[in-house]
Amino acid sequence: MAAHLKKRVYEEFTKVVQQQHEDLSAKKLRLTKPSKSAALHVDLCKATSPADALQYLLQFARKPVEVESVEGVVRILLEHYYKENDASVRLKIASLLGLLSKTAGFSPDCIMDDAINTLQNEKSHQVLAQLLDTLLVIGTKLTDNPSVRMRLVDVACKHLTDSSHGVRNKCLQLIGCLGPVEKGVAKDVENQAAKDVQKIIGDHFNDQDPRVRTAAIKAMLQLHERGLKLQQAIYSQACKLLADDYEQVRSAAVQLIWVLSQLYPESIVPIPSSNEEIRLVDDAFGKICHMVSDGSWVVRVQAAKLLGSMQQVSSHFLEQTLDKKLMSDLRRKRTAHERAKELYSSGEFSSGRKWGDDAPKEEVDTGAVNLIESGACGAFVHGLEDEMYEVRIAAVEALCMLAQSSPSFAEKCLDFLVDMFNDEIEEVRLQSIHTMRKISHNITLREDQLDTVLAVLEDSSRDIREALHELLCCTNVSTKEGIHLALVELLKNLTKYPTDRESIWKCLKFLGSRHPTLVLPLVPELLSTHPFFDTPEPDMDDPAYIAVLVLIFNAAKSCPTMPALFSDHTFRHYAYLRDSLSHLVPPLRLPGRKLVSSPASPSITPHEDPSQQFLHQSLERVYNLQHLDSQGIQELLDFTIRDLQRLGELQSELAGMADFTATYLQCQLLLIKALQEKLWNVAAPLYLKQNALASAAAKQILEETYKMEFMYSGVESRQVVIIHHMRLQAKALQLIVTARTTRGVEPLFGMCEKFLQEVDSFQRCFISELPHMQGSFVDKLLDLMPRLVTSKPSEVVKILQTTLRQSTFLHLPLPEQLHRATANIIEPTGESDNPLRFTSGLVVALDVDATLEHVQDPQGTVKVQVLYPDGQAQIIHPKPADFRNPGPGRHRLITQVYLSHTAWTEPCQIEVRLLLAYNSNRSKASAKMPKSTWSENLEALPQSENGIEGTIPFSKPVKVYIMPKPARR
Amino acid sequence: MPEIKVTPLGAGQDVGRSCILVSIAGKNVMLDCGMHMGYNDDRRFPDFSYITQNGRLTDFLDCVIISHFHLDHCGALPYFSEMVGYDGPIYMTHPTKAICPILLEDYRKITVDKKGEINFFTSQMIKDCMKKVVAVHLHQTVQVDEELEIKAYYAGHVLGAAMFQIKVGCESVVYTGDYNMTPDRHLGAAWIDRCRPDLLITESTYATTIRDSKRCRERDFLKKVHETVERGGKVLIPVFALGRAQELCILLETFWERMNLKAPIYFSTGLTEKANHYYKLFITWTNQKIRKTFVQRNMFEFKHIKAFDRAFADNPGPMVVFATPGMLHAGQSLQIFKKWAGNEKNMVIMPGYCVQGTVGHKILSGQRKLEMEGRQILEVKMQVEYMSFSAHADAKGIMQLIRQAEPRSVLLVHGEAKKMEFLKQKIEQEFHVSCYMPANGETTTIFTNPSIPVDISLGLLKRETALVTTSPFSSLALGLGLLPDVKKPQLMHGTLMMKDNVSTKLPPACLVPSGSGVQRARGEPPFRGMLVPPRITASSSLARVLKDYSVQHLPDGSITVESILIQATAHSEDQGTKVLLVSWTYQDEELGSYLTALLKKGLPPSSS
Repeated sequence: MAAHLKKRVYEEFTKVVQQQHEDLSAKKLRLTKPSKSAALHVDLCKATSPADALQYLLQFARKPVEVESVEGVVRILLEHYYKENDASVRLKIASLLGLLSKTAGFSPDCIMDDAINTLQNEKSHQVLAQLLDTLLVIGTKLTDNPSVRMRLVDVACKHLTDSSHGVRNKCLQLIGCLGPVEKGVAKDVENQAAKDVQKIIGDHFNDQDPRVRTAAIKAMLQLHERGLKLQQAIYSQACKLLADDYEQVRSAAVQLIWVLSQLYPESIVPIPSSNEEIRLVDDAFGKICHMVSDGSWVVRVQAAKLLGSMQQVSSHFLEQTLDKKLMSDLRRKRTAHERAKELYSSGEFSSGRKWGDDAPKEEVDTGAVNLIESGACGAFVHGLEDEMYEVRIAAVEALCMLAQSSPSFAEKCLDFLVDMFNDEIEEVRLQSIHTMRKISHNITLREDQLDTVLAVLEDSSRDIREALHELLCCTNVSTKEGIHLALVELLKNLTKYPTDRESIWKCLKFLGSRHPTLVLPLVPELLSTHPFFDTPEPDMDDPAYIAVLVLIFNAAKSCPTMPALFSDHTFRHYAYLRDSLSHLVPPLRLPGRKLVSSPASPSITPHEDPSQQFLHQSLERVYNLQHLDSQGIQELLDFTIRDLQRLGELQSELAGMADFTATYLQCQLLLIKALQEKLWNVAAPLYLKQNALASAAAKQILEETYKMEFMYSGVESRQVVIIHHMRLQAKALQLIVTARTTRGVEPLFGMCEKFLQEVDSFQRCFISELPHMQGSFVDKLLDLMPRLVTSKPSEVVKILQTTLRQSTFLHLPLPEQLHRATANIIEPTGESDNPLRFTSGLVVALDVDATLEHVQDPQGTVKVQVLYPDGQAQIIHPKPADFRNPGPGRHRLITQVYLSHTAWTEPCQIEVRLLLAYNSNRSKASAKMPKSTWSENLEALPQSENGIEGTIPFSKPVKVYIMPKPARR
Repeated sequence: MPEIKVTPLGAGQDVGRSCILVSIAGKNVMLDCGMHMGYNDDRRFPDFSYITQNGRLTDFLDCVIISHFHLDHCGALPYFSEMVGYDGPIYMTHPTKAICPILLEDYRKITVDKKGEINFFTSQMIKDCMKKVVAVHLHQTVQVDEELEIKAYYAGHVLGAAMFQIKVGCESVVYTGDYNMTPDRHLGAAWIDRCRPDLLITESTYATTIRDSKRCRERDFLKKVHETVERGGKVLIPVFALGRAQELCILLETFWERMNLKAPIYFSTGLTEKANHYYKLFITWTNQKIRKTFVQRNMFEFKHIKAFDRAFADNPGPMVVFATPGMLHAGQSLQIFKKWAGNEKNMVIMPGYCVQGTVGHKILSGQRKLEMEGRQILEVKMQVEYMSFSAHADAKGIMQLIRQAEPRSVLLVHGEAKKMEFLKQKIEQEFHVSCYMPANGETTTIFTNPSIPVDISLGLLKRETALVTTSPFSSLALGLGLLPDVKKPQLMHGTLMMKDNVSTKLPPACLVPSGSGVQRARGEPPFRGMLVPPRITASSSLARVLKDYSVQHLPDGSITVESILIQATAHSEDQGTKVLLVSWTYQDEELGSYLTALLKKGLPPSSS
C-alpha cells in the first residue's frame, strides 16, 4: 500500500513538473516579443471570451511597463475598450489606464482626451466610476496645468447627476482634488468655470446616499487642505449633518465643523430657539462636545481628539466640560470631588465614611434642571468614562492639550486626571500620568489628590512606576505633610521593588530641591535626631537611608539653615555620597568646612565659558603646527591630549568634543611615533620590536578611527573625511610594515592592489572634500597615482613611506554638537557576593538594565556581551521592544540575558558589557555618496561591499558571580 | 388609525414584577414575566387572568420576551407557562437562558424548602418551562411568525441583559428592560442604533438621579480594602451571588494583580461557582477589556480569588471574603460577620441597598450593639462602610438612550410615579415627543401613522421616471446640473391592489386612465381598494343617490355606506384637489363597484 501511495505521489509530482514546463515556454514566447504593446494586442485579439481577456489583462497588470511603451499600450487598450462589450473587461481596462498613467516619467496629457471621450458613451456605472478615478490620477499628475484641471472639473460636474453613488462619489473626489483654489485665476481662465466649487459640493451635503454625503464633506476638507478658504455659510449645513444617521457622515462632519471653527473663531452665530448669539468657536465646541456622547465610538474618538485643539474657546465653555450637576431624588448632590475638597479644607483628613455621608442636600428646582445640555456640559466627564479605551485616551490627550494652554482649566481637570490613574487599561493610566506631568507647572496637588497619586506607586508595571516618579519630579506639593507622605510612599515602593532605586533617588532629588522650606521642618524627624540623646548611626548602604539623605541634601542646597540640624555622621555621609553619587548630591556650603568645589558663578554665558575657551586655545596651539617630527612638538601633543582628557572628565557638556579631538591627536601621535624612528633604515629582521610597535600602532589607529566614526553622534561629513583619511594612513603604515616583514613579493601584489583600490574609493567618496586637503597624505598620493599603479610593490612601499612622512598634519574641524555614546549598566550592580546558582545545562535569566546616551538606532547596534571565565564569549541581541526612549538622545535597555554553562566546582565571575556594533557599509560616508555612482561601482568594486563589521565596547564591564551546579541524579 | 396598546401588569409606576403587555398591529407580546420581592401572597406574580378570562394564553399571546435573568423580570415564568399554561415561544438571550434556571431553582428552594410554601412551581416545571425558551443572539433578527420580528440589543446591567425591538411591518416598539449607559468593570454600556421606533418602553429606576463618576467610588472601595488588608484586618463584603458580585471580583482581582498583593480573597461557594462558569463562557457579552484580553487570560478565571471554606474564617492574617446573602440577614455572611465584628481592625463593606429590619440595615444606620437570637448582645467594633454600585441608567443615561433611538413616543415603567413625573416632563420638554406612564392594569393607546411599503413593477416605475425626465422642465433641470430631487413626491398613475392587508404589485396594464392617489388600508382583512380621480368636492349628495342604504357621516370627515368607507383627503401637493378612497368588503362588492362607477361619473352637483 505504501509503495503504491509513493508511486502515486511521484506520478503526480511529475505531472506538475510537466505543466510548469509548458508554462515556462509560453512565458518565454511572450518575452521575446519586441514590444509590450504588440504582445498585449496579440493577446487581446486571441481572447475568445471576456473571461479570457480579463485573464490576459490581469497577467499584464502584474508586470511593470517601461516609460517609452506606455503610450502605445494605452492606445491598444483604448482600442479594445471601444470594441469590448463586457463591462468587467472595460472596468479592468479603465483601471489599467489609471495604473499606467501613474508610471513615473510619463506625461498623461496625451491620453486625457481619449479618457474623457470614453466617458461619453459609457453605460455601466462601475466603469464610469473607474474612468473618473483614472481621470483623477491623470489630473493629479498634471496639477500645474489649470486648463486641464478646469476641464476635468467640468467633466466631473456633468456626471454629478448620475444615479449611481459610486460615480457621484468619484466626481466629488475629483472636484475636491482638482477644483480651483484661487478665485482670481478661475475668473481669468474661463468665465463659465468661475462657478463656485464650494456651492457644487455643498449641494451634495443633502444627497440621499450617505456615501455621497461623506464624499462631499471629504471633498470640502480636501479643498480646505489645498488652501481654499471655506465659506462660513457651510457651517449651518455642516451642523445639520451632525445629526445624520450614518457614522461616517457624522465623523466627517465633525472634522468639517472643526475646520470652520478654526477659520472663523470670532464670528457670531445665533443660538436657535433664543435671541442670543455666541462666538462660532464656542458654538462649534459645544457641538463637538455633544458628539462625545455619540452612539458610534468612531465618532466619539474623532470628537474627543478634536476638542484638544480648540484652544480659542472661551474659558466659560471650557470649564463646563468638567461639570456634571449631580442630583439624587431631585435634590442637589455634591460630587465626590467636591466632598473631598471640602473635607480637605475643613481640616479633617481621614474620616471613616458613613452611610449617607453623600446624602443629597438642597432641593433642586425641577424646571431648572436641564438633562440634555446643548452646550459642552460634562463632555469630558463622559469621555473619560467611555466604554472604549480609544475614546478615553483621546479624551485624556485632549484634556492635556487644553490644560496646557489654560492654567485654570488645568487646576479643574486635576481631579479627573487623578481618577484616570485607576483605569483598568494600562495604556490609559500611563497616558494620564504623562499628561499630568506635562501640565504639572500649572498645578499644585492637594494632599488628598497626592494620596491617590501615590497609591499608584505600588503598581506592578515598571513603566507606570517610572512615569509616576517622573511626575513627582516636577510636581508642586503644598504642605509638609504632603512631602512626608510622598517620601513614605516612595520608601514603601523601594522596599517592594528594589530595582526602582535609581529612579526613586532621582525623584527625591528633585522633590527636595523644589520644596526646601517644606523639607526643613521634617529634617529632625527624617534623620531621627534627638535634642539630648545620640541616636545610632544608620547604615550607610541602606538605599532607603540614602533616599532620605538625597532628599535632605538637595533641600539644603537652597536652605542654608538646614545643615545646622545635621548630626556629625550626617556630614560624614554627605562627604561620602557627594563622592559616590555626585549626580544626586549637590555641593553644599557647610559651616566650618571648605567648600568641596567652588561653584562657578552660573551667569557666565557659554561664549565666555573658560573651559570652552581653553579647548579652543589648546586646539589652535596644536593646529598651528605643520609637521610633527620634532621631539618638543610630540611633547606638546602629549600634554594637549592629557589636558583634553581631563577637561572631558570635568566638563560633561564638552566631554564629547574633548574626547573626540583627544582621540584624533592620539592617532596622529601614534602615527608619527611609528614613522619617525630612524630604525626604519635598519634591516627588518633585526628590529622585530620596532616592527611590532609600528604594527600595533597601526592596529590601534584603525580601532580608534572606527570609534571616532561610530561612537559619536553629530559627526559631520567634514570629520568623516578626516577620519577616513587617518584610517587610510594607518592602512598604508600596515602595508609598509608587512612589506618589510614578509618575504617574497607574491602576497604583496594583492595587498598593494587592495590598498590602491581603497585610495580610489576614497577619492570617489570624498571628491568634494579633496580641495580642503592640500598637502595631505592623500593629496600627494593622488598626484603620484599614475606612477603607483604601474610600479612594483617594493617601490609602492617606498613611495608610501616617504609620502607618509612628508604629509602635513590635517586640521580637524569641530562640529557644533558632538556627543559620545555612553552606556551605563545599572543592573546587575556587580556588588553581590552571593553567586547566582543554577543547575548546569539549564538556563538562568539575568536582568540587565542599562541607560544609553547618544546612541543612534540602539535597536540595531547595541548588543550585550557575556564573557565566561573560560574565555568563551557570547553576544546577545536584545529585542527591539526592550529599548525604551525616555527622552531625546537617551535610551533605556531593560532586557533579560540567558546564561548557561557546564558545571563548575566553585562560583566564578562572568563579565557583562554592552557593545556597539558597526558596519562600515552603513557608514556615513557611503550614505553621502550619490546613488548613481554607487550602483555603477557595485560591480567594479566588490570589496567595498563587504564592509568591515565590528563592535566597540562602550560600557564598563560588570562582574556577576555565578555558580552552575552539577545536576543532581 | 393603527394603534399600539400597552398595558403594564406589573412595573407600572412601580419597581418589581415587570410584566408588560403590548399589542401591535394585531400581535400580542408579553415583555418580561417577573415576581415582586415585596409580597408573599398572590400579589407577587402578575395577574395573568387579565389577559384572557377563560381562553388559553397560547391563543392570545404571540410570544413572551424576557430581558434579563433578575427575578423581578423572570421570576414568574414557570408559574406562567406551566401552572397558568402557555405553550408559545419564550425569547431570551443565551446567557439569560443559561443563568435564569439557576436563579429560579434557588428562588424555588427558598420559598418551598425554607418557608414551606405549597402550591408553588417545582423543579420539573422550571425544566419544562426552559424547554419552551428560544435563545437569541445580539442583533439577530428573529422572525416569530411571518410578520412579527424581534431583535436584541446590548443593555449592560447584568450579563446577558438585552433590550428588544419588536417590529410588525413598519410599526415597532423597543423595550429596554433594565439597562446601564455607563460601562463598568465587567460589562459595557447599552447601545442601540437609530431605529426610530414608534414607542420606546424604558425603565426609569433612577429617573431623578444624576450620578457621579464611577471611578471615585471604585477608588474609595479599593483604598479601603487595601488599607484594611495592609493593617492586617479582614474585610467582609456581603453580596448577592450574581451581578455586582462579579464586578467587585474583577475589580479586586485586577487591583491585586496590579499592586502585587498577596492577601487571599475568598468567595463563598455554591450558586456563585456555577454562575462564574457562565461568565467565563459568555465573554462576548462583557466589556472591551475582558473581551480583548481573554486570549491571554480569561478575567473570570480568578487567580487570587479562591473558594471559601467555613474553617478559613478563623485563619489569622488579612483576608477578603465575599459572602452571600447581601443584606446580612442570614446564611454565611451573617456567620462570618458575627465572628469578625468584635475586632476594630476588620471592616464590612455593604455594596448595596439593605431592607429595613436586616442586620445590614441596622449597622448601616449606625447601630453598634446588636441583639442576636438567644438574647446575646453583639458589639460591633469593626468598621462599617457603604459603597453603592448600581447598574441602572440615571436620568442622563435615559435621555441619552432616547436621543440614540429617536422614538416617536416614550413610555416609562419600572420606577416610582413621582420620579417618573419629573422625567416625563423633561422628555416632553426636550424631545417634543409624547410620554406616557401608565399604572398597573391601565391601558395606554398610541396611534401610529405607519408608512406602507408598496411594491411597484419595474416597468411601470421606469416608464414613469422616463416621463418625468423627458418633460421640458426636467431637461431644464438637467441642463442646470441638478438631479431631479428624489425626496420630492412625484405623481404616478397606476392601480394599487390590496389583498389580505398585503399590497401586491400590479402589471402596468391595469393602469387607470387618469388618476392619482395615495393609499390607505382598512382594518378588516378581505377588501379591495381602488383609486379614484379626485374631482368631487362635495359628498352629501351621496345620501340622495343612495336612498336605500344607511349613509353615515363620521366625525373625521369620512362617509360610510353600509360597510363601504369613503375617505377624502387633501392632496399633499395641490390643496385644491381631493383624493377619494373607497374601500369595501367582499360582501358589498356589488354596491362598491356601483358606487365607484357613480363617483367616477361624477356625482350630481350638490345642492349646497
